[in-house]
Amino acid sequence: MHVHSYEKIWLALGLGLILLLIGSVTYGAVGPGVSMVAADQPTVDPTALDEDDRFAEPRVEQVGENEYEAYVVAFQFGFEPDPIVLPANSTVTFMVTSRDVTHGFEVVGTNANTMVIPGEVSTLTVETGGPTEYGVICNEYCGAAHHGMEGSIEVVPQEEFEESAGGSSDGDGSGGDQ
Amino acid sequence: MTATADAPAATADDGTAPDDGTGGSEPGTETFYDRFPEAARIVRATFLGAFLAFAVGTTFGIIQTLHRTGIARPFSSVDYYTFLTAHGVFLVLSFTIFFLVGVFTWALVRSLDRPLVNTRFSWAWYGLMATGMTLTGLTILAGFTSAVDVSADVLFTFYAPLQAHPLFYGGLAVFLVGTWLAGLDWWRTFLAWRREHPDERIPLQAFMVLTTTIMWYVATSALAISVLFFLLPWSLGLIETVNPTLTRTLFWFFGHPVVYFWLMPAYLLWYTVLPSIAGGRLFSDPLARVVFVLFLLLSTPVGIHHQYLDPGIAEGFKFVAMTNTMFLLLPSLLTAFTVVASVEYGARVRGGTGLFGWLRTLPWRDPAFTGMMLAGLMFAAGGFSGMVNAGMNINYLIHNTIWVTGHFHLTVGTAVALTFMAATYWLWPQITNKPIYSRQIGLAQVVLWFAGMALMSNAMHAQGLLGVPRRTAEPTYSGFEYGSAFGGYGELNLQVAIGGTILFASAVLFLSNVVLTMGNSRTDGLAETLAEPISGSEDAPLVLDNIRLWGGIAVLLVLLAYALPIVAIVQRGGLFGPGGEAYPMVLDALAILAEQAPDVLVERMPDVLGGGWAGGWP
Repeated sequence: MHVHSYEKIWLALGLGLILLLIGSVTYGAVGPGVSMVAADQPTVDPTALDEDDRFAEPRVEQVGENEYEAYVVAFQFGFEPDPIVLPANSTVTFMVTSRDVTHGFEVVGTNANTMVIPGEVSTLTVETGGPTEYGVICNEYCGAAHHGMEGSIEVVPQEEFEESAGGSSDGDGSGGDQ
Repeated sequence: MTATADAPAATADDGTAPDDGTGGSEPGTETFYDRFPEAARIVRATFLGAFLAFAVGTTFGIIQTLHRTGIARPFSSVDYYTFLTAHGVFLVLSFTIFFLVGVFTWALVRSLDRPLVNTRFSWAWYGLMATGMTLTGLTILAGFTSAVDVSADVLFTFYAPLQAHPLFYGGLAVFLVGTWLAGLDWWRTFLAWRREHPDERIPLQAFMVLTTTIMWYVATSALAISVLFFLLPWSLGLIETVNPTLTRTLFWFFGHPVVYFWLMPAYLLWYTVLPSIAGGRLFSDPLARVVFVLFLLLSTPVGIHHQYLDPGIAEGFKFVAMTNTMFLLLPSLLTAFTVVASVEYGARVRGGTGLFGWLRTLPWRDPAFTGMMLAGLMFAAGGFSGMVNAGMNINYLIHNTIWVTGHFHLTVGTAVALTFMAATYWLWPQITNKPIYSRQIGLAQVVLWFAGMALMSNAMHAQGLLGVPRRTAEPTYSGFEYGSAFGGYGELNLQVAIGGTILFASAVLFLSNVVLTMGNSRTDGLAETLAEPISGSEDAPLVLDNIRLWGGIAVLLVLLAYALPIVAIVQRGGLFGPGGEAYPMVLDALAILAEQAPDVLVERMPDVLGGGWAGGWP
């Protein structure tokens, strides 16, 4: 088959670009350690979340030194808890599930973003940084009032977080009633 | 000619090889209409179906644009999702696929220089497609009225457990069967040609049609399973639950190759028509064949890249999909080279010189040429934003934001749609013997589409980087404001609205031009010929024409990419899911809200439901 020399050069450049793109994604995974939302949690029954010790009372819980887990339930049309109060400069793993249809969980202006599918638990680990507030939105169409589905995250100083959590790590539901 | 005389004159071209490499020939001054009047009628009918869908779909597009941006909200935000569902289904399933079957029927018959084996069969698949799409379309539109208990506000992706009326899924199934029979029609016609010409190379256009058809069979197998075994019985109440991850995965098994299905007729036109309009010749027939084989092989085992952020699918499967996706860039990169080289060749034949000076000699006043070139340029831009989408970890930033909407308005919304409109200016006279009403309006129309899309799509990409979501009636929220990048949110909204308005004006010009053209009387002398490639099919290895082999490898690759993920999904959640209820979108939306909305939402109810100016300008 006759392939013109310019075509060969173009083909080589194209293959180079493809390998570069695959390389950059691979580097993102092994270097900075960006991992994907995956299949690390067993499935749950979306109609029986009140029997699940994580999602019966959606909350933020300390699980290690400076490590927290936030159990979040998405539903038509909101998130619980709301607001999600998190301690500053900590590592937080969100565990998000849905009790009805498919939703999205997007922390606006950041790359914290995942699909929320009924029956599955999405896990997403983030660094909270300094005290600030974020909007949380559902970015997957979920029904007639989808556009009204929002929540918020309040990143507060460590001391304030411990006060609001009432000195206990099991929380009392909403986790944030200042 | 008589109504049934669809066969070419017995003496024409008898036993001689097609000499133009793209296959077939249009000897003398015969148009397609002259030579194959029966097939021409079918092509015309498919185009009219496409244009009807285009008219409704683009009208809904401008309504959505003005609603989303808050410029004008004559309808409620609940109705927005009915518009959105219809916009998606009418434009990406109905407009694109009806136009595709027309282009493919034309290309196959033209390049084989042989009529379809059975015209009644052809009308049968056309009838099935039209019936199916009408059922689905009416089911969606019924969502505007609460007088009937029918609707399908589930968007083009119809993710369970959102549930549409059974007619929505049933209509889709009938439409799908219609497309399958269309493919069968092309294959039967090809096999009849093969018996008549046992030793000839498959003409290039026919080769493109046949490979794409196989890709379609592979891709739609999963959609058929999803609809027939899960969604339709579920909507009829025959089964209680479905597995949302499984039906999503089956949808995207189909959902990525479908974008190449839309694109392949555009590629066919770029490869086989554009060079001739430019006064040139296709650079390489063999490379064109390689490109279509690559699309057949790689279009399907990539769908999981739409599910990078799905829980319940292991990271390794996502990595495999990412790698395959990146390799899928190759055929498009090769196409960019071949198309530009072919056009440049045309420009130099026309006396063009210099490194870029040759661009001046191209027929920019021809709406077909300019439209296709601008479509190609936008496709390059769409390709770059697609590389970002494909990058698994950058995808976190833009997943389900309006960046993605900006991306596919460049690809299907411009590379495909603008090519189809541009091609209409060239093809319509060939299938009807009627000259275009106004080529000047045509030229203005394609340029307007380009300008409007440049504005709208660019602003959508920028908004996506701010985190503005797609698929929402009101992208402003009470609890926060968006940051700014390349202009603030409000400024970008204005660009979206202006761009969308220009696009709608362009669509109106296109449709008016077609309607006025239909009023023209038939004339002679409109026949156009297609030039033979510089490097012809004699340079292409014979193995390229072994479509059965490539089809077999395609199926194998799909099994490799999908068998394990699907088994894993079924093992995790069960064939019918880990439980959960259906959320029918057939009930009165207000009733659902009143039942389920939390207090906080009730406070916002007037904003959420009443249209109006919720959130306002930040």
